[in-house]
Amino acid sequence: MSQSAIRADFRRQVQRRWLLSSPALLIVLLAATGPLLVVLVYSFLASAPYGGVLPEFSAEGWTAVFMERGLFDDSLSIADAHLSIFWRSLSLSLQTTLLTLFFGFPTAYFIATRPLHTRELWLFLITIPFWTNLLIRTFAILQIIRNDGTINTILIGLGLTDAPLKMLYTDGAILAGMVYVYLPLMVLPLYASMEKLDFRLVEAGYDLYATPFRVLRLVIIPLVKPGIVAGCILTFIPSLGAYVTPSILGGGKNLMIGNLIELQFGQGRNWPLGSALSIALMSIVMVALLFYVRNAGSSGKSHG
Amino acid sequence: MKEAIGIRDVSKDFGVGATAFTAVSAANISIRENEFFTLLGPSGCGKTTLLRMIAGFEFPSSGEILLNGENIADMPPFRRPINTVFQNYALFPHMTVAENIGFGLRMLGRSKADVAGRVAQMLALVKMEPMAHRRTSEISGGQQQRVALARALAPQPKVLLLDEPLSALDYKLRKEMQMELKRMQHETGITFIFVTHDQEEALTMSDRIAVMNRGQVLQVGNPHEIYDAPADRFVAEFIGETNFLKGRIRSVTAGAAEVALDDGAVLSADAAGASAGDEVTVVIRPEHARVVALSLNKSPATVRGVLENVVFFGTDTHYHLRLRDGSPFVTRQQNKPGGAGDFAIGSDVGVTIEANAPRILRAGT
Repeated sequence: MSQSAIRADFRRQVQRRWLLSSPALLIVLLAATGPLLVVLVYSFLASAPYGGVLPEFSAEGWTAVFMERGLFDDSLSIADAHLSIFWRSLSLSLQTTLLTLFFGFPTAYFIATRPLHTRELWLFLITIPFWTNLLIRTFAILQIIRNDGTINTILIGLGLTDAPLKMLYTDGAILAGMVYVYLPLMVLPLYASMEKLDFRLVEAGYDLYATPFRVLRLVIIPLVKPGIVAGCILTFIPSLGAYVTPSILGGGKNLMIGNLIELQFGQGRNWPLGSALSIALMSIVMVALLFYVRNAGSSGKSHG
Repeated sequence: MKEAIGIRDVSKDFGVGATAFTAVSAANISIRENEFFTLLGPSGCGKTTLLRMIAGFEFPSSGEILLNGENIADMPPFRRPINTVFQNYALFPHMTVAENIGFGLRMLGRSKADVAGRVAQMLALVKMEPMAHRRTSEISGGQQQRVALARALAPQPKVLLLDEPLSALDYKLRKEMQMELKRMQHETGITFIFVTHDQEEALTMSDRIAVMNRGQVLQVGNPHEIYDAPADRFVAEFIGETNFLKGRIRSVTAGAAEVALDDGAVLSADAAGASAGDEVTVVIRPEHARVVALSLNKSPATVRGVLENVVFFGTDTHYHLRLRDGSPFVTRQQNKPGGAGDFAIGSDVGVTIEANAPRILRAGT
């Protein structure tokens, strides 16, 4: 074989190398897009009386996301219930994200400033809740905040209140539960970026007459911004689709989108509506992500 | 001369129990206004800890740090009119060169026009005007060094601290920056406190030097004093190359001691408080001794030995000898035209030592 033929052969081999990863690519493609396509198709089909779908086109599912039909005629009106559930989900998720950031930031900073050999212990403690099933952790919270639970027993025992405080089955209960569940997802990425933070820059800030608050605002926060963005994404997205926590602590009364979707596939027997709601939820997440990524991108650029 | 920084009995202990150690113990230094002062010592000697206490990043376990007579030992760093040039510069990566330089002024609440004017002035001082709007990651190490210097000088501190700022630069750049730092200290009139482990850097740049080891200040003095009259064996060894010869003082007359070396030779030196019969170590710098042919100087009182190695350095030649008592001895002599290669390795040679060159260290120091 001549030199050029060998080279051409080698080039062909290099070009074909990606074929080695084709099994993985195939699985990712099927597993990621397959179910999504099914959901997308279902959202445009008519619902069957006992669950499932009929193989005929219908916009009923998507219409029902935003509108509802009158009980006695076919008049359409805005679906207040759905909109308020969407709104509650968004607002609870935002509050969850902000609260986990509020609690997670000092926690991550505390861990990142410990001596190297004790940091592992603190990280280990942060991950301990993951060892227990989410359902059990949520029932534990229920045990603490219910009417004859730990907090109310103590309050009544101390004579601070006569009647038990109503904490369970409120938005506040859902919020507390979600902050508890998602806190580690905020702390870990924050810690990862704070660990890389050069603390001499913090000293340089102090040296140049910046007060502790200004060092936080002008040096630390800009430098750990990628961690803040990652933590917010990791907290906001799962809390938007949260299902277990609001269903147990909200008592089926204060629904979030996740519960609404479950309802359509279960008792509601309206698969097209459930599918349409799922796609709508995904769109919200996508918009939120785009917003975040843009933000992170521009901050990344300014980091040079 | 007025005192700028006073270190009074300052100690710093770290840790507790088995891991406890003393980084600085009972240090006393008085640094004058408008002085280029260097803290010199090997790594771990406590010089950086002392600097960090002056900056306010560490607080002394005991003792006082005075700034113009006022005790600032417990003052947080952002209230001290003292700025630092950090070892790895610690420039803010999310700001431009100009924003970095203006940071301290902005924190002091200066007006926008004030900040812009002073930043332009500092950029000119360090010759970085064309780089003003670059990111700090886009400039070279030497340029980062200049920006760090400009950033620390911009707020016109009373004292500037420099923590081994030249250690990351290559040899040529380091030489240039040494001269530039001297120039800036001269132009700004600010007291510089410079930390280094490089004795040559300390000797060439400083007005005065404090030599430290194991948390203790061993000697404070100008470069000549430190080099010519080292206080103890550590200082003598750390600053430049030195020969140590053991001996006993035979007699002292009018402050001049006659020392009988273990080697057999007899030297005279300033007694420095030692008296007859004392065991002493005599210090002789290599450049104060010359190798000579034994035939020229046959007196038994002369230092003599076997030539073990000759190393040619261009401007000078180093002769490594083994004396009669087994101790090593080095001479460094300037090369003259056509004068090299006079002595064969393995031959017996004599050494002449310049008068006043030997220094006596008392035994145990």
